[in-house]
Order: sequence, then structure tokens, then C-alpha cells
Amino acid sequence: MSNLVEITNLTKKYEGKIVLDNISLTIPGGRIIGLLGPNGAGKTTLIKIIAGVMKDYKGKVLIDNHSPGVYTKSILSYLPDKTYLSPWMKVKDTVDLFTDFYSDFDKNKAIDLLKLLNIDINQNVTKLSKGNYEKVQLVIVMSRSAKLYVLDEPLGGVDPASRDIIIDTILTNYNENSSVLLSTQLVQDVERAFDSVIIIKDTKVFVNDEVDNVRAKFGKSIDELCREVFKCC
Amino acid sequence: MKFEFNPNTPIYLQIIEEIKRQIVFGEREPGIKVESVRDLAQIMGVNPNTMQRAFVELERERLIYTERTSGRFITMDSNLIKKIKDESINKEISEFVQLMKKSGFAKADILRLVDTFMEESEHE
Repeated sequence: MSNLVEITNLTKKYEGKIVLDNISLTIPGGRIIGLLGPNGAGKTTLIKIIAGVMKDYKGKVLIDNHSPGVYTKSILSYLPDKTYLSPWMKVKDTVDLFTDFYSDFDKNKAIDLLKLLNIDINQNVTKLSKGNYEKVQLVIVMSRSAKLYVLDEPLGGVDPASRDIIIDTILTNYNENSSVLLSTQLVQDVERAFDSVIIIKDTKVFVNDEVDNVRAKFGKSIDELCREVFKCC
Repeated sequence: MKFEFNPNTPIYLQIIEEIKRQIVFGEREPGIKVESVRDLAQIMGVNPNTMQRAFVELERERLIYTERTSGRFITMDSNLIKKIKDESINKEISEFVQLMKKSGFAKADILRLVDTFMEESEHE
């Protein structure tokens, strides 16, 4: 089976400064992968390139054998690190908008998840608390049946109980053909849900291995490894 | 309820230990069906591929067997179950004895203390 994501010799510069330095990695189908690293390591840049919202890079990026573009966006569900909901909408209008916009959007699933997370769908999105706003964004992203989910910091402002629900959602959503790439600083809460982790530091891939291999090799959890060895996360 | 994992060792090994513990304590009885990979992964809050890896290992150790169409079941081999019971008890005893030795007790003291403890708990 071919890889869902294939990145070869990817380099990205920002105003002359190297942000990603000759990175190569692959992501097969049916995986839940953590993208970890300290602030400024290049996580969001890598995610943006995969998601197809950042062009102007050197190297080869293939998503399901296609360069980032119209096709890859149709099979990729992306949660950006910035807010993207229309401020004048209620939660339920937002759900309707996405139902119209994406043919793979499962409205019932979205409504069920919002209920599970105790979100009032009649509320205006700007009236939501930070955490609830993030939950709505994540529900929207996870309610598509995409091949690749790319989530940039989905757990930042979310309370621990809801974090568990979100992780459960990601695990329940799992199937052999789709993969989830998730960047986070809250390693401890999610590492049991990961197959493997990609740790980037100083523009390079430091670790790209299965969670259990890393634990066996270092005798530490991924969380501890990040804290102690890489002084990050 | 999610299972609490020790952060320092591979998760799949801890899943194997937990399922063995459940067999030893009779929480999973011989010949009883095991949940699907996906369901048990969700119950324990782990990645389905990690659960799969644990199942492969448990199958290799013959603690779980697969019936082609109906799923996975706990072994009915009573010798095998006795073997993992012994293993698990030996592990507990070894930890206990090491603790006692560290605390400065000799064999005779340990046996005497265990004996006294058993006597007393029988009277209760």
C-alpha cells in the first residue's frame, strides 16, 4: 500500500531564515501520529504545507500521490491554529454551512458530538468561551470522512474531561484507510492514542518512530523524553 | 474507566500484563469471547494498532485463540492458565522477598513473620 503522505527533502525558508531543513518523512494509512516539538520548531509550517495553504517550498510533498491542491484538499480535513468560524453565525448555522460545503460532512455526527461536549447549538459562535470555540472547530473538522486529518493544536484551551472525549472521538473515528496527524504540547494526555510520534526540533526531524519503540528504547514516556532530552513540549 | 498506564514501559506490554492479570483473577474466564480490537482499544483508551500488537503477542503465547469467523477467545488450556498464575504469583513473591531482604530480614525471620501473619488472619 502506498503512503498517504510522502515528503522528500522538504525545505522551507521564511524571509531567508530556514524553518524546515531538508525534511523527509512518510505517513501510511491507518495511523494516529503526534507531531511534537518546542515552540518555533516548524510544526505549524509543516502542517500548513501538508494542508496546502502554504506553497513556496523546496522539495516534494505528495498527499495520496498528489501535490497539495484541489484534490488533496478534498480528502484532507484541516484544523488550523487560528480561528476560522464566521463570527455572525450560530453553531448550528456553522454546521449547516459545512454540510453544504463538503460532500463528506456527516451532519448527524457533528450534532451528536456537540451534544456530547455540552455545546448549545443555538449559541452565536462569538459568544462561546475559548475552550468551547475550539471544541466546535474540532467537531467540524472531525465530522468529515476524510482520508487525512491534520490537526494543529486541537487540545490547547480544552478542559481535561473534554480532552478525553476528543481523544475518544479520534480513536473511534479510526479506520484503516485514514490517518490523523496531530500537533500538541499536551503530550501526556494523548500519547497513548498515538501510533508514532514525529518530534521536530531546530528545523529537523529528531525522532520519527512508534511510541512503544521510543518507550522501550529510552525507558521513558514520550512526555518525559520531550521534557528531559529535548527540553521541549 | 480508562486504564492507568505506567509511563516508562511500552503500552502494548502493559496491555498484555493487564489481560493476563484479568485471566489470573478470573475476570476473564476460559473460553469467553474477547472484545474486538477496536472496542477494547476504546475501552482502554489506546491506539487500535497498539491493541492489535498486544493481541498478536497474546495469541503467540496462546492465551488468546482466534476462531476464524466468530472472534477471539480466552484460552481453555488450564495448564497454561496455571502457568501464568504461577508466574504472576512468583513475581509478587520475588518483590516481597526482595523488600524483606532490603529491610534486613533473614529467611527464618521472613518465614516466621509470614507464618504469624497467616495464623492471625485465620483467627479473624
